[in-house]
Amino acid sequence: MTAVVKERRVIILGALSAIGEATAREFAAEGASIVIAGRCAERLGQVADDLTARGASHVTTWPVDFSTVEDPNVDFDRMVQQLGGSVDVVMLFYGLLGDQERAERDIAELRSIISVNFSSAAEWCVATAGLLERQNHGILVAISSVAGDRGRKSNYIYGSAKAGLTVLIEGIAHRLARGEARAVAVKLGFVDTPMTAQIQKGGVLWVKPDYVARRLLALVGRSSKPIVYIPTFWRPIMGVIRMMPASIFHRTSF
Amino acid sequence: MIFGPPRRIESWGRVVRPLQEIAQPSFREQLPRLMDARNKQSVLPTGLHRSYGDSNLNTSGRLIDMSRLDRVIAFDVENGILRAEAGLSLGDVLRLTVPYGWFLKTTPGTRFVSLGGAVANDVHGKNHRFTGSFGNCVRRLGLVRTDGTEYTLSPENNADLFSATIGGLGLTGAITWVEIELAPIVSSDLEVERIPFGNISDFFSLSIEAKDSHEHTVAWVDCASTGQSLGRGIFQRANWSQSGQLCPHSSATRMTVPFEAPIAPLNRITVKLFNNVYYRMQRSGAPRRMQHYASFFYPLDGIGHWNRLYGPRGLYQYQCVIPPKESHDAIEELVSQISKSGAGSFLAVLKTLGPIRSCGLISFPREGATLALDFANRGHSTLDLFARLDRVVVEAGGALYAAKDGRVPKEVFRAGYPLFEAFRELVDPAISSDFWRRVDA
Repeated sequence: MTAVVKERRVIILGALSAIGEATAREFAAEGASIVIAGRCAERLGQVADDLTARGASHVTTWPVDFSTVEDPNVDFDRMVQQLGGSVDVVMLFYGLLGDQERAERDIAELRSIISVNFSSAAEWCVATAGLLERQNHGILVAISSVAGDRGRKSNYIYGSAKAGLTVLIEGIAHRLARGEARAVAVKLGFVDTPMTAQIQKGGVLWVKPDYVARRLLALVGRSSKPIVYIPTFWRPIMGVIRMMPASIFHRTSF
Repeated sequence: MIFGPPRRIESWGRVVRPLQEIAQPSFREQLPRLMDARNKQSVLPTGLHRSYGDSNLNTSGRLIDMSRLDRVIAFDVENGILRAEAGLSLGDVLRLTVPYGWFLKTTPGTRFVSLGGAVANDVHGKNHRFTGSFGNCVRRLGLVRTDGTEYTLSPENNADLFSATIGGLGLTGAITWVEIELAPIVSSDLEVERIPFGNISDFFSLSIEAKDSHEHTVAWVDCASTGQSLGRGIFQRANWSQSGQLCPHSSATRMTVPFEAPIAPLNRITVKLFNNVYYRMQRSGAPRRMQHYASFFYPLDGIGHWNRLYGPRGLYQYQCVIPPKESHDAIEELVSQISKSGAGSFLAVLKTLGPIRSCGLISFPREGATLALDFANRGHSTLDLFARLDRVVVEAGGALYAAKDGRVPKEVFRAGYPLFEAFRELVDPAISSDFWRRVDA
């Protein structure tokens, strides 16, 4: 007997980020029902029109400021209602690279890097964990970064927030491990997006958002470890960087 | 949204590779600020950088890369009308529309062209006689000028600025979205026939014979041979198949040229060899076959970065159009000049264009025959050859194609565009390009 494949129900947190939007397109192309959350209602509308034309069976826009929201659980309840009572995939994409040098002088910049990348993300991920646990179904994917693998002077504030997020997801994966639901932290390296506009690009380490999106979709379909590197070559690279003795590491300037 | 640090930018020919500051807006409303004329530096909106020469470079100013503005705005599946942001590529359009039985009314030889780029160069295809150029399928478009004004342009609304923007090389403002009419297809395959011909006269006879019976016609000409076989080639004529499936192309490239060849593998000897082998292969192959649109329209798109095969010095492309009365003699003369020079062209493409006019003030497509050739950049000897070809073109009352050009003298360019002055009036004063500074000087 052939199983009837039901359209996937997806929540994208941070759908206005380049990788978030690229991933939403992949889901749209397979006919998914999608809630896209982000800060600007007008931009969400543009993205929704595009996703609909690309094949999404239903798109709901969800304008929200992730950092100042009262209680993510309330949002999730209503989002899941929109999806017909259950969700298969929750992906968290939003993040803020910030300006490291400025954050060392300016408390407001420091606060916003930590609060967007960790505090706010933690609230949304823990709420997702509760939701998936109750459903005993679904996957949470949160975008983390190789910057969290070792603190270095050029981006340790962003890196530490992402390291915190990775550990949080690792813990959620452990919490969910006895049931059917899953959680995965995805560590990305260099991706050519507006977030990295001020960095000199090019070279073999850089990838495009569409590439990441395709890999993320593949991830949803199969079982995986709680921590995944995209592209996979970052795992050995970061392995070497982590092993480097401080006496050598401190002489580098990257 | 701001301009990033200077990056090395190539046009498709890779002859020059300047450092450029680039902004990559993700949303349309970011454009007015990026384009603000008070920024003091000129800007140039660009697409996927498939223009060969310097019409997509702006070394004394900055670039606005439009490729992230690639959202579909509305697709009317019933009537075949698509409205999308200007950065959406023709390939992405087709992946969306082909399953519903809609194709571009006309397409250039690569799908890596943005909608905005297709409008700005008023690109044409192998079916010009049937549909005209790309501008002929544009219903409306959005334009942002550097003074902050935004327009919706159409043949009825702001017709002057519309005519300047069709084929206007991005110089009249940033094209933000485009609404096009599509053509119905029942299959994604074409019935293709290949007919070898021995000389340029035979090409013109074949063109006349196919002019009502076949929508798509194109010929490859051997410009590397000499004597008796000079001007021989393969004529292809095709119609959309009336049965079969509607399969879009795969977005993956089959292979890619990973880095620049240290010496050009495409040199005189290999080009001559290639042309010889290609001619024999084509002549001996099945004369009639079904072909998917991707292999018929976009044979080179399967090989990523094929332009790197021309090595560190890059390549020039030379494309001209000659009015019908002069086309036979002028094309023969061009082919013989090229053969005499020994420069050899890897792929020489000869087509006829029909009488459907474009409204574009400096649009390239017009009735006549158009010859397009690739040449490895060999410095002076290549440029000297072009100067000789220019004389033939100007004398015949022809014109050169800006999208392919990286060197044309301004007199030669302007000779082909009688409405140049009218166009110039409508150029946005804070938009410029290397090409424009050369021909406007």
